[in-house]
Amino acid sequence: MDGGILEPSLYSIKALAILDNDGNRLLAKYYDDTFPTAKEQKNFEKNLFNKTHRANAEIIMFEGLTCVYKSNVDLFFYVIGSTQENELILGSVLNAMYDSISQILRKNVEKRALLENLDAVYLAVDEICDGGIILEADSIAIVHKVAIRNDDIPLGEQTVAQVLQSAKEQIKWSLLK
Amino acid sequence: MMLKRDKKEEEDGGNPFSNLEKSSVLQEARTFNETPINPRKCGHILTKILYLINQGETIGATEATEAFFAMTKLFQSKDTTLRRLVYLGIKEMSKIANDVIIVTSSLMKDMTGKEDQFRGPSIRALCSITDQMMLQSIERYMKQAIVDKVSAVSSAALVSSMHLGRGSQDVTKRWVNEAQEAVNSDNMMVQYHALGLLYHIRKKDKLAVSRMVTKFSKHSLRSPYAYCLLIRIASKLIEEEDAGSESPMFDFIENCLRHKNEMVIYEAAHAIVNMKNTTAKDLTPAVSVLQLFCGSPKPTLRFAAVRTLNKVAMKHPAAVTACNLDLENLITDVNRSIATLAITTLLKTGNESSVDRLMKQISTFMSEISDEFKIVVVQAIRSLCSKFPRKHNVLMTFLASMLRDEGGFDYKRAIVDCIITVIEENPEAKEAGLAHLCEFIEDCEHTVLATRILHLLGREGPRTPSPSKYIRFIYNRVILENAAVRAAAVSALAKFGAHCEELLPSCIVLLERCQLDSDDEVRDRATFYTSILKQQQKSLNSAYILNGLQVSVVGLERAVHNYTLEPSDTPFDLKSVPLATQPMTEQKTVTSRETGDMGVPKSMEKPVASRIDVYAEQLSGVPELANLGPLFRSSQPVELTESETEYVIQCVKHTFSHYVVFQFDCTNTLNDQVLENVTVHMEGGDGFEVMKYVKCASLPYDKPGITYTLIRLPEEPTAVTGTFTCSLKFIVKDCDPNTGEPDDEGYEDEYVLEDVEVTVADHVQRVIKPNFGASWEEVGPENELEDTYALSSMNSLEEAVKNIVLYLGMQPCERSDKVPEGKSSHTLYLAGVFRGGHDALVRAKLALTDDSGVTMQLTVRSSDPNVSEILASAIA
Repeated sequence: MDGGILEPSLYSIKALAILDNDGNRLLAKYYDDTFPTAKEQKNFEKNLFNKTHRANAEIIMFEGLTCVYKSNVDLFFYVIGSTQENELILGSVLNAMYDSISQILRKNVEKRALLENLDAVYLAVDEICDGGIILEADSIAIVHKVAIRNDDIPLGEQTVAQVLQSAKEQIKWSLLK
Repeated sequence: MMLKRDKKEEEDGGNPFSNLEKSSVLQEARTFNETPINPRKCGHILTKILYLINQGETIGATEATEAFFAMTKLFQSKDTTLRRLVYLGIKEMSKIANDVIIVTSSLMKDMTGKEDQFRGPSIRALCSITDQMMLQSIERYMKQAIVDKVSAVSSAALVSSMHLGRGSQDVTKRWVNEAQEAVNSDNMMVQYHALGLLYHIRKKDKLAVSRMVTKFSKHSLRSPYAYCLLIRIASKLIEEEDAGSESPMFDFIENCLRHKNEMVIYEAAHAIVNMKNTTAKDLTPAVSVLQLFCGSPKPTLRFAAVRTLNKVAMKHPAAVTACNLDLENLITDVNRSIATLAITTLLKTGNESSVDRLMKQISTFMSEISDEFKIVVVQAIRSLCSKFPRKHNVLMTFLASMLRDEGGFDYKRAIVDCIITVIEENPEAKEAGLAHLCEFIEDCEHTVLATRILHLLGREGPRTPSPSKYIRFIYNRVILENAAVRAAAVSALAKFGAHCEELLPSCIVLLERCQLDSDDEVRDRATFYTSILKQQQKSLNSAYILNGLQVSVVGLERAVHNYTLEPSDTPFDLKSVPLATQPMTEQKTVTSRETGDMGVPKSMEKPVASRIDVYAEQLSGVPELANLGPLFRSSQPVELTESETEYVIQCVKHTFSHYVVFQFDCTNTLNDQVLENVTVHMEGGDGFEVMKYVKCASLPYDKPGITYTLIRLPEEPTAVTGTFTCSLKFIVKDCDPNTGEPDDEGYEDEYVLEDVEVTVADHVQRVIKPNFGASWEEVGPENELEDTYALSSMNSLEEAVKNIVLYLGMQPCERSDKVPEGKSSHTLYLAGVFRGGHDALVRAKLALTDDSGVTMQLTVRSSDPNVSEILASAIA
């Protein structure tokens, strides 16, 4: 339980996970060897899920780790770090992950939509955290970097450049026909 | 067909990936080789592969390599999503597939290409397949990328350098100028990553780090993450320099408390709280921002604040009192972790009057929090009990209700531990506590806890005003439980019979019934105890029931083993077995009280070999020291040299029945010398005779060696103490510090050490008697000696108790080493075994007088008159 000062380092995230409402893994990334085998990882996820799926409390200390989490419909998002880690940093990463995925899924944050766009979700998570280092924590920037099927994103949420790009493409296609 | 698919999807919760077969997916990967490439289809297959890997599926090296090579074909497609998925695939497979470096050129093309979307991710993919050899070839591109104007590229390059730098710093060191430039970037993340890399490169150079912090603390960074990192670097510097709040670094951290971003403010407050040399005044600004956070609508922020305040409360409870009102509001927080932390903090800072209310509050949600937090609550209650002994009623009731609730073993054990400590510390709480424990074992699924409680009942129960009421609880165990618990219950019953005469007949009846038990151990114990109890002799009761066996378990095992190896006509002598320094059941409570006194590891629960057993083993390996008889006692090591001198010598005294072996642990700290034929010469001590020196043949630099000196004790039985002057004698040979090769020629030299003393304590082994009164009667007044002393140099009872225990080297019993506060008189009970196996007991009645310090009436009982004399005169 006791804190202490953490070695100054860029490595602040131990793991990210997205589970469904039965506690099954949809996506999980472990960035250090706290849980070296897949079995230990899944076991940890199961236990974590059992502790968190009922009470929507946002933060829990669990098995000597700090876990921040968020849920919507049938999805549970987790960000896990050391207990000495600044909880607000973990929280900011969780928000970045949730918000960017929410935009990618067009506010339709549920399991079916997530699985349909799994490729984009993988890319987004890859842009958020690289090997335990926070790469980007601004959801707009993340979505921009993922830039997947930008023609599907509603007009209101596109940047001017994206709109121009898609307009250009449409004109090109109409000319080709 | 369509219908069928829908149905199938519903069955597995609509997860199209849930039934993937590894082999068929890898089969599908062959589609990658088709031309033209269908990006959508290939992307889907690639996603499936990524999904499988992410689920923890293991893919063999051959399979992975095959898929990896197929994947490289996808570089022909220009589709952005597909290309990015390929990067992910490369990263995932870089650890399992062979020959991954073949994609290097493709990735390098993307990295330097026009498409910005590809450049960042391709750098990261490239670095995941790069090894030290290849690093040279991409170095130039990495340097360029770090200072690239596109933030994603720069960040990717910085982060990748960080990963590479973990392996070797040599290459990344050369990128320091680029990193320096990148810190000035307008992009927040680039700034953060650059600062991290810069620190990583320079962290060995304290001066450079210090300069870096000074520079950036003025420079006002943009990224809150970078600020947090800088705060951590600064607080590490403060820690290393052992500086306090006067350091300029501290000013920087304190200034961060006024930053506009919560993350930075919290990091600064957290850093200040965790510093070692902070005063209550330094903490105040940090505590007040944390107080503000307690009212935040964000649970994470509240959690962070309360957790940190809880930490403050451990060292400076007064500093947190200002937040009591805010903490009170958090007691009802929906996040139970926050509520628990708030309450435990309040318990630390609050006063006696608020205890009742807080306890009531906790009991409303105890069932909702995790075991880990419940243990935190139990620990808080434990400290509360010793802080406010008068509140034991409320706290005990609370603990009892927690015992009744559901919970795991660790949680239950924490509660039982807590109750036992309270019982031991507070005699008033004893009866209530025992009653709760009795109730608990009625329905306890943990054998370990049940036997532990039964043991406690056997020890404490007979001495309560109405012992008969515990008999029923104990006998119920005999009827209902498993063999281990039944055996423990039988022992407890016997103790009641031995201690309380009026209960003896009924105990004998109950024990006789136990002789019909189905388990051997239970029957044996019952038979043994019944026959002893029927003798109705106090000394037997004390020796065999109330104060059981006092030998070390490991020692006994070895002694019996040796006995069976060498058949002899003489019966096995229990006195030849080394005594247990502490009986195993007492170990935990005793060590936590006198931390480290006996040099045994704290969490020792199994009978591990104790120090004396280790020494006995070690000494038996020295042929010159054979035939001394069993080892009786080994002292704590004593330093005979100042630290930091040429030779470091430690002395351990081993007492045998007629001899003392002095063990000298020597270390040579000069790297240009080798010592040979090292011995320690000893002189002095009336009647003590040096018998033998066992030399240490060679003592090279920094390799500890041992030499022994054997001394025979005087014939006169009461002459036991003496002082010896010691000098280290040896032959010095100079040697080459690098090779350690010594010269042929050496010369004799000698080195004077500090004196060694043999004291009374060296002849006494500590032994705990759980029932001191019974032992006192057992030994009897035959060799009793009594005298009164004025200890004028002692100013308090605690001091007197401490010194008496130290002089005599005996074990305080019945917790009599703790002097209740505010008393002017106290009785100390000490037990031990004198060299030669003579039981020795001491009762010291102490009284504090205003003018002449402490007056002591010392009564010694022993099985040998000489021993009584030695002990009685030891204090004078």
